[in-house]
Amino acid sequence: MRPVDLQADQFAGYPPLGRQLVSENLALLRQLPLALAPLFLGEVKAYDWNFPLERREVEVQFKYLHSLTPNQLRSAMAPFSKIILPSIASEIDWVNYPRVFSEYLSAALWSTAQVDKFSAASTEYVNAYRAAYPPDPPPIPRLAIVIVGQGVGEAAFPLFRKLRPHGVHYTNVREDDARKTLFETLARRAGAHPMAYGHWYVDGGEEDVSVPSGITSISYAGLSSLRIAVVEKMRDMGHNSQGPEGVQKMMQALDPSAFPEILSISDPILAHFQLSIFTEGSGTQFYSTTFADWTAHELLRRAQPLTTLVRFAPRQVQRSIDEMILDQQGKVAVDPNGSLLDADMAAYYIWIDQRRLPQSTDACFVVWFEDHQDALMIAPNLLPGTEQTSPTSFANLLKPFA
Amino acid sequence: MAYRWDEQLKNPGTSRREFLRMTLGSCGAFKFGAIASATNLLPRASRKVVVVTFGGGARDEETFTLEGQENIPQLLQNLVPQSTFFTRVVNRGILGHYVATASLATGVYERFDNFAAVCPRNPTVFEYFRKDLGRPATDTWVVAPSNGFNRIGESDNPAYGANFGAGVVLPKQLLAQFLSKEPGTIYQHLLRDNYETPFYSPALAGNNINLHQLAETLQLSLNDFAGHALQITSPDELSVFIAKKIMRQYAPSLLWITLHDMDVAHTGAFSLYIDGIQRSDRLCGTIWQEIQSNPEYAGKTTLFILPDFGRDGDGTVGGNGFQHHRTGDIASRTTWMMVLGHGIRQKVVVDRPVESTDLAPTLGAILGFSPRLAQGFPLAEVV
Repeated sequence: MRPVDLQADQFAGYPPLGRQLVSENLALLRQLPLALAPLFLGEVKAYDWNFPLERREVEVQFKYLHSLTPNQLRSAMAPFSKIILPSIASEIDWVNYPRVFSEYLSAALWSTAQVDKFSAASTEYVNAYRAAYPPDPPPIPRLAIVIVGQGVGEAAFPLFRKLRPHGVHYTNVREDDARKTLFETLARRAGAHPMAYGHWYVDGGEEDVSVPSGITSISYAGLSSLRIAVVEKMRDMGHNSQGPEGVQKMMQALDPSAFPEILSISDPILAHFQLSIFTEGSGTQFYSTTFADWTAHELLRRAQPLTTLVRFAPRQVQRSIDEMILDQQGKVAVDPNGSLLDADMAAYYIWIDQRRLPQSTDACFVVWFEDHQDALMIAPNLLPGTEQTSPTSFANLLKPFA
Repeated sequence: MAYRWDEQLKNPGTSRREFLRMTLGSCGAFKFGAIASATNLLPRASRKVVVVTFGGGARDEETFTLEGQENIPQLLQNLVPQSTFFTRVVNRGILGHYVATASLATGVYERFDNFAAVCPRNPTVFEYFRKDLGRPATDTWVVAPSNGFNRIGESDNPAYGANFGAGVVLPKQLLAQFLSKEPGTIYQHLLRDNYETPFYSPALAGNNINLHQLAETLQLSLNDFAGHALQITSPDELSVFIAKKIMRQYAPSLLWITLHDMDVAHTGAFSLYIDGIQRSDRLCGTIWQEIQSNPEYAGKTTLFILPDFGRDGDGTVGGNGFQHHRTGDIASRTTWMMVLGHGIRQKVVVDRPVESTDLAPTLGAILGFSPRLAQGFPLAEVV
């Protein structure tokens, strides 16, 4: 099927808000090239379960495309129209399985050496609609707090190496009330600037505190039932010889309704997000450090929060994949030192993810070696690449961002 | 010239090439870009080649940058000073490990599904080697991880194929045979495999080596395995253990070893990825030591070491840094290669970009076969 052949009744399987978007924009969707239409529909299909700022991104695209004259639209779509796809691409049921098409497209682009061409077309398109409708600046500067090194006595390597050139390395932070101060900062910001899915607490172990209202929290321990249930489903799919594509298709079709006793139906947006961490993440099912890293990556990209607090916990030691799949519930030794190295790198990635958000030049980033005096902070008024050895506290450091 | 990490950050415009130049320059007295004919070469019929690929992708950040050097002491201190080092090996093909390794072996960017149990479309160096030079099956071997690599020894090209392929040994498959005799043993960690699609492995097919016979020929016994497996901590160590057995038993003229442990990066655990790199570094030292100490190889062997490609850059949108190789950015497409041993000039750095597909024609030039369908060109600096 080609986009020009789209009919309203083909979208019966879409959730209500997404279906409504399609019906309002069907004429426009019919004009999009095959290399773009299914990808855009993927966003529309997920619209009902998207975070508020993700929804805005979809709405802005429609608004931008509608604002173009026919000639301008043709010109804006030309880079995608030039992508040559095998005829089999149009035979995929991309209305109902847009992400299957996306996987197919990715493979096709690689095998026909059109990846670079497609990347350039996508970048140009995103830049164009964002320039036409720039995102609103956040009401307060963003703050990301990362806590690493739980259970580690002494780090076996120099911490924060990748971050040091960008911020101040504090070597004498008061550690006795540090954790309390960091959590209080999160709670205070959530209270003062309420925003749906705007303040997050992610824990790679068990949640450390009772979470005040206004904060969305998610933890490896708290989601263990879901994690185990997803791995069991994946194992069954693998045993049924579906092949990687088959497994992927079935994983993508998984819905919170498949886990009625585990996932909350009162917050379907959060339930979809929680499930996606295990169905779309790689390694999140087995390693708590990867879980925390990937969750932070996804929520920063998708929810664009004002405040993010991520606390890493020790992951299990390396075992064979088979062992980990078969033994999900057993007591396994942990690797605190390896986990510190995982978290140290993840902290760098969280900073990079935060920098990609609007108004990132105003943002503040903090990473703390838990129960130690080492911390690093990156903020607009701090001199990058410096070290501060005099005694200080988080209460003092975070005052401008509290 | 000493080169500091903080200087690199102060000068972000410093290119990857310049950075590697300076890093390698600090190893002392390197020449850059020189091409000169090697002398005192053995007749081609007497030469041997060992190729070691990292089928896990490794980035400069964790290997040859100042920060990464602590992970590769063997490569950096022992092997690089003896080598001709190519700083820019570009892979323009599909960035999946099996299909990319097959492309290295054919000299053509293969286009098949990375996760399918299929042969390369184009003839491999093993087939050219055997057909052109009339070599027996035992003269070329591949030791590879088992995630699809079982078909890499021979193409489905009708002019080559089954009668000219390499013996492909999948150590995991070999070990599994022994484990079937003793279920529930403690060697499960050596069956760790396929980090990219942990829930699916293609059925093994097309590799017709009789495992029982192979084990007997290599004088492998359960006791032997048991004795060594206790000291072996990873599948790559098992691969090198088997490779050494093959070298001692058959002394093949063309041996290809693919190391895979570092692909654990797909699980997102950075420390495990670093462990994999450090292990690969150590194993490269072990392989070189075996070449030096084995009379069948000493003084007549050229060793090639290269990752099949890199991994995504930290800042690339759409990726998650070291974890995957999905974006096709420069970091994931660009890697390095070192060549050392017989006929190779030491302490030479080659800056010009070369391609993954140049490996097969280079092997052909060294060993005397003609990879006529390959797209690449022999690397003048090492032939």
